[in-house]
Amino acid sequence: MPAVTMTVNGVSRSAQVESRTLLVEFLREKLALTGTHVGCDTSQCGACVVHMNGQSVKSCTCLAVDADGAEVTTIEALANGASLHPMQEAFREHHGLQCGFCTPGMVMSAIDLVNRNPDPSEDDVRHWLDGNFCRCTGYHNIVLAVRAGASAMGGAS
Amino acid sequence: MSDNGSNGTGFIGASLKRKEDARFLTGRGRYTDDINLPGQLYAYMLRSPVAHANLGSVDTSEAEAAPGVHAVYTGADMDHVGGIPTGWLIHSKDGSPMVEPKHPAMAVGKVRHVGEIVAIVVADTGDQAREAAALIDVDYQELPAAASLAAARADGAPLVWDEAAGNLCYDWEVGDKAAADAAIAGAAHVVSIDVVNQRLVPNAIEPRAAIGNFDPTTDGYTLYTTSQNPHLTRLLLGAFVLGLPEHKLRIVAPDVGGGFGSKIPHYAEEAIITWTAGQLGRPVKWTSDRSEAFVSDTQGRDHLSTATLGLDEDGRFVGLKVSTQANLGAYLSTFGTCVPTYLYGILFAGPYTTPAIYVEVEGVFTNTVPVDALRGAGRPEATYLLERVVDKAAAATGIDRVDIRRRNFIREFPYQTPVALQYDQGDYDATLDLALSAADWDGFEARRSEAASRGRLRGIGISTFIEACGIAPSAVVGSLGARAGLYESGSVRVHPTGSVSVFTGSHSHGQGHETTFSQIVAEMLGVDFEAVDVVHGDTNSIPFGMGTYGSRSLAVGGTAIYKAVEKVIAKGKKIAAHLLEAAEEDIEFADGNFTVAGTDRSKSIGEIALTAYVPHNYPEGLEPGLEETAFYDPLNFTFPAGTHIAEVEVDPETGVVELVGVTGADDVGRIINPMIVNGQLHGGLAHGIGQALLEHCEYDSEGQLVTGSYMNYTMPRAADLPSFNINHNTTHCTHNPLGVKGVGEVGSIGVPPAVINAVVDALSPLGVTHIDMPATSERVWQAIQAAQAQG
Repeated sequence: MPAVTMTVNGVSRSAQVESRTLLVEFLREKLALTGTHVGCDTSQCGACVVHMNGQSVKSCTCLAVDADGAEVTTIEALANGASLHPMQEAFREHHGLQCGFCTPGMVMSAIDLVNRNPDPSEDDVRHWLDGNFCRCTGYHNIVLAVRAGASAMGGAS
Repeated sequence: MSDNGSNGTGFIGASLKRKEDARFLTGRGRYTDDINLPGQLYAYMLRSPVAHANLGSVDTSEAEAAPGVHAVYTGADMDHVGGIPTGWLIHSKDGSPMVEPKHPAMAVGKVRHVGEIVAIVVADTGDQAREAAALIDVDYQELPAAASLAAARADGAPLVWDEAAGNLCYDWEVGDKAAADAAIAGAAHVVSIDVVNQRLVPNAIEPRAAIGNFDPTTDGYTLYTTSQNPHLTRLLLGAFVLGLPEHKLRIVAPDVGGGFGSKIPHYAEEAIITWTAGQLGRPVKWTSDRSEAFVSDTQGRDHLSTATLGLDEDGRFVGLKVSTQANLGAYLSTFGTCVPTYLYGILFAGPYTTPAIYVEVEGVFTNTVPVDALRGAGRPEATYLLERVVDKAAAATGIDRVDIRRRNFIREFPYQTPVALQYDQGDYDATLDLALSAADWDGFEARRSEAASRGRLRGIGISTFIEACGIAPSAVVGSLGARAGLYESGSVRVHPTGSVSVFTGSHSHGQGHETTFSQIVAEMLGVDFEAVDVVHGDTNSIPFGMGTYGSRSLAVGGTAIYKAVEKVIAKGKKIAAHLLEAAEEDIEFADGNFTVAGTDRSKSIGEIALTAYVPHNYPEGLEPGLEETAFYDPLNFTFPAGTHIAEVEVDPETGVVELVGVTGADDVGRIINPMIVNGQLHGGLAHGIGQALLEHCEYDSEGQLVTGSYMNYTMPRAADLPSFNINHNTTHCTHNPLGVKGVGEVGSIGVPPAVINAVVDALSPLGVTHIDMPATSERVWQAIQAAQAQG
């Protein structure tokens, strides 16, 4: 089995994995980082979104061996102690989550949007989230949260 | 304290941020698949690839010898246990009971739908189990399938069950047929409509999962499972399938990632995993993948219906007849039989005074995945049919669509409908007026003209509706065939230093109970919101519970908690009277203090709690401790109501429907947390819009699921939906002390007909009078072409 080494949430982690092991399986099963979720098997739902080298990726569509040498950030590393990341706080403030299952992927995806587009319009947000399903919220409050989170991250004027 | 729980602390009615969010936002939620037990093995379910076949030999020898495999079991190994039970016995018109075949946990003799479990493989890893399952050699002797309602009811149709002639499970009715016939025969206008209410897949984003564990030192089983109702699962799994007593079977439904009805039923996988853990003496884990979910989670809707409405010369409804075929799938799921009957037929009065109503429903077996509740469960199907035939009546009589509804509104309460329900309260004019104003209904024609100038067909549609939530009371539903009560339990434990733990039989899978219930208790007891925690989802912690579905949690579960708090306060008064040397009847409780009326002598709830646990100076004969439990069985359903308005633009060249506006004016009863209530409305609207425009679960004639993944089952995405215009007019439920009704299913019930009425309105200049859901671009384009060919 190949060995992989990657920096996950700021810590270097090494393990032997099967060639077919997905990044999400590595995170959930080898590292017990269960905040990253799996909601489908066709790369549609986005519950598994993490950041790899600063950009959002679907960790169900990435092999662990492909992340060898990468910097990976998951939902568990966003908050600074008890202080939530501004995007997390915006989701809380605007009730952008209900059951919470899609939430980690939504938040990780939203942060990548704001990194690319500091002041997204409602239309920008709705189209960016094309790869993230939510069955609870109807997206209404997620859109509000992402725009508020963008503002709080300092992007908006 | 006032008579509705308000204690002046302001928690009730406030949009407090949710307690549960901290863990969900930081990746610290604990869903079933996040749990791993020491020594855990992994299961894979081998499922039938064909819809209907005699099951010949099932050769598991190669799989058993595969690397890492601990066991392979088939239906023969579990044939001695009970069948997966059904929760509601329906009787046909002639009084005969429904056909109720045994539903084995794993297939025995025959398979009856794609996805039915044929074998389970348990191995050291999930991959090993999956690979070994591919080595099982199953002899499927294929049979013709009855894969749709039409196919199943056709002459000479293949039989799903030999004992169900014509594939009929039951032939049910409600209402007065003779009265409805007579009313329609004498009507000035008669309109009819045929509609398809298409099958949907619930698609909670968390796939189902289960972990079974057996402890040989206690002979006790634990099942972690993705359930909306862990006690119901314990009852069905323990008493009916495996024969395990309650004290040896613990069910834990931890954080659950959405349910929408699909996590109500007791599933075969829960029985198989629990039994297998006992056989092997090791924890066994199963997690569904999405493809598996599409062929094993219960599905929703799937009706073919005809409605005939008679009106007098003034446009008043005089009689309504409804005839429906409801697809039950191959097996009877937990509430599969009652959804198209007692949650459907009794809704047909809607908000209208129609004096004579008759509804008949054929429950039909097909070679498809079982059908059960899906957000709204029966009520969306009824509302869609009713609001479509009302629009058709408006068109036929030339009466304005709003006016015809208003002419028929119920305005005197309580109101006894001809189809069993008695509405306690409502104000349908108020929500109608609010919606018309909020949607600028009067300004629509200008918007239609402006759209026309851009080559777009713009339409507006309306739906006025009632809901029935918190199905009750137990004695009545029992007389109608329910095999369970429909009450709820709540326990309130005031700790020695005054903090509070609340134990509820409701289960939160997104609804925010930890917040809403804390608001109620904090307000009633006059303690801090942060001093209250809510515990749910574990049969070892909670006295009992019927769970969360049918928008019942606040009205039924919340009221149980309310009544438990009342008992706590009553006991507190006894303790306070003793400490304050006053008569018990002179003690008043407000703002967290027990006070002797007319004096400034008082004791706080914290002092009383400490005294209850350190009872050195204490009333003689009174038990120590401050903890109370209440079971609440409602007197009636609650009846939310509202008006939904949708506005669409259709591109006539492509048939693409753009939903440009959705307005809701809803009466959901007293609101505890407006933020959470609006979130529930948003979610329901999205679900309803998904049905109206996007979603369709489709089987081919051989029973193969054509829409078996997110690649071809169209889930609503963010860009498919607009922002929602939500408005409230509140009347209080009269028969629960909080005055609350229900909100979780409102959108999925009210909005589908508003959207389709809007699409038909947009296309009406072309001569289109009906379009079935989902109004996809292809269907709309075809309807336009057909209308133009005729025109």
